[in-house]
Formats: sequence, C-alpha cells, structure tokens
Amino acid sequence: MSSATKASRIGEELWKTRVDKVNAELVTLTYGTIVAQLCQDYDGNYQDVNKQLEKMGYNIGMRLIEDFLAKSNVGRCANFRETADMIAKVGFRIFLNIAPTVTNWTSDNNQFSLVFDENPLADFVELPDDGRAQDELWFSNILCGVLRGALEMVQMQIEAHFVSDVLRGDDTTEMRVSLVRYIEDEMPPDEE
Amino acid sequence: MSYYFTILSPTDVPLFNIAFGTSKSGGDGIARFRFPDTAQYMNQFIIHSSLDVVEEAQWMNGNMYLKHIDTYPPASAYISAFLTPSGARFLLLHQPPQLPTNNVSSATAGSGSILGSSFSGSGGSSSRASASSVAANPTSPQTEEAVRQFMTEVYENYVKTVMSPFYRQGMEIKSSVFRGKVTAAGRKWL
Repeated sequence: MSSATKASRIGEELWKTRVDKVNAELVTLTYGTIVAQLCQDYDGNYQDVNKQLEKMGYNIGMRLIEDFLAKSNVGRCANFRETADMIAKVGFRIFLNIAPTVTNWTSDNNQFSLVFDENPLADFVELPDDGRAQDELWFSNILCGVLRGALEMVQMQIEAHFVSDVLRGDDTTEMRVSLVRYIEDEMPPDEE
Repeated sequence: MSYYFTILSPTDVPLFNIAFGTSKSGGDGIARFRFPDTAQYMNQFIIHSSLDVVEEAQWMNGNMYLKHIDTYPPASAYISAFLTPSGARFLLLHQPPQLPTNNVSSATAGSGSILGSSFSGSGGSSSRASASSVAANPTSPQTEEAVRQFMTEVYENYVKTVMSPFYRQGMEIKSSVFRGKVTAAGRKWL
C-alpha cells in the first residue's frame, strides 16, 4: 500500500471518529472577515497583508502540530514524500476536510505542489476589483504559514507560497512547498 | 419586451442596475425602450416612483415575491417587485415592444394581477394592460411565473455576493460575476 493511500485512509478515519465539526460558513466568514479587515488596516498594501497572514498561520501551525500529532497518533515520516502525503491527506482532512493533490515533485524530492480542488476558506469570496488585489493578494496565505509553523516544530524548515489561485482567475489553486533543510538538534550556544 | 432591473437597499440607495431585452421568441437580448436614448433616466424614475406601492404591498402577505405591483401607463411600463427578508428590494421594470395600434389608451379589460388591480388607484386611472398578445402581456400568469423564477435565481446569487468578505452592507454591487449571473438569469427566464 502506497503511503498516499495509507494516509488517505488514516485521514478519513480520523475525520469520521476524532474530529469536532463546526459549521463551514462560520469558518469561511470568520476568515474572510479577518482578511478584509487586514486589507483595510494595511490600507490596501497587499504585500503586508500576505506577510501578516503568513505570520498568523505560523503561530497557529506551531501549536496545531501538537493537536495533529495527538489526534492522529502517527509516527515520524521516513522521508519528505511521506511528509507531503501526511500533510495533504491527513492534516488538511482533519482541519479543513479537504485533501489537496500532491504533485509536481522535483527530482531531488525536496519540492512539491499542493493543488486544491476546493478551498473552504475562499467560498463566496470575490477579490476587490481595485486592479491590484488580483495580482498581489494571496487570499489563503495563512495556510502557507500553518505549514511552515507546523513543520518547523518537527525539525523541518520549509518555505511555502502560493503560485496560483482560482480567485485571481487562474485555473487551479496551487501551493509550492520546498524543504530548506532538516533542523538538526543544536547544542545551546555556549554561555561563556 | 425590454427590461430594467434594479436592486435597492432598505434605505432606497440603488445597489445595482441592469438593462436588457428579452431573449425569448427570437429576441436578441438588447433593451429597446420607448424613450429616446437621452431619456433613459425615465426607467429609474418610474421604478423609484413605485416604491410607495412596494411599501404598502410588502405587508399584505408573507411572500417575498410581490408580483406585478405597479404600472405606469404613459410608457406602458410594468413593475414587479421582490423583497429580501433584510429589506433589499429587487424591482423589475418591463416594457412590451411598441405595438402599431393605440394599445395604451384603449384599456381593454385585461387580466390584471390581483395586486396590480387593487392598487390601480395609486398607479393611475387606467392601469390595465391590453391583452393583445400573450407573450407581450406583462400581467399574464406565465409572465408572473417567469419573473418569479428570475427573481429567485437573482436572489440566490445576491446572497452569495453579499457573503463575500470584501462586500460591505449598503455598498454598490460591482461584481462582474454577479452581473453575468443576472444576465444569464434574464436570458433563461425572460
């Protein structure tokens, strides 16, 4: 059994048995309000909004990983490919009930894409038509931060960013995730 | 048949406007009103003048679709209304194409809708349409039903549009998606 199907099965099982559900529109509207408010607070500076969303996600991810491991009870992944399947088929299933497709691996197995067929965060959303939001705002950028925060806590430094979004008129919503390095246990800096 | 559709906020601010023509029976979907192009404001004028009737009619029964509620005989313009629970009004002005005979003045006993005839006092002395052609008769049950379907479909899309986090209550609806959906609904039903 491939690691992807195994992960899907774990994800489905957890979704059915261990996960508390909330109304999807509550999530959608709450997240939408946060993004809209940020856009207002930063006066339409979408680069800053993206950054802020990523940072919020990072802080969520650092704590969410604990919840994820407690619920799923899965062990350490053998390689980055397995990690990718865990994220896509178990992580996203538990927290958003979606399972993005893992694809576009580089030959060194350090970079992959997550392609989202559906995105509950972006239901109902239409980006403001000020001529810039379509090119600058990554509406769901919080997800990049969540992955970065979560994986950092399990000794993986990654970089994640969106490369396309249906909200901008693209055909797909795709996030690119690349492994920067495995964080080795480091000795605390010498105090002397 | 030419149509002019407006959404008004509960405080009578126009949120959305669109003009289109029928696509049924060989129509090309282009609005051809009887006013000259310089007088297109007449549509808005007529629609807004029907608001009093809407406010009276809205308490008559619990329906959101108020059917044909007002008529402006000089331009033979008919107004249908739909109310959302939050108080936004959808108003549709429909105007049959100009007929060669003097149909406006010779008000034969057409099948005026219940509300339309009961409010004829406010709409003018002769608010009944001539039923010269079923397709062009704005008060026939078929037309009422088509308008109801149209309104319901627009309402569904309106709900989705106002759920967008970047839309603020009372703001003009600029979404091109919504405009496309309304156009599609018009093509489908009217």
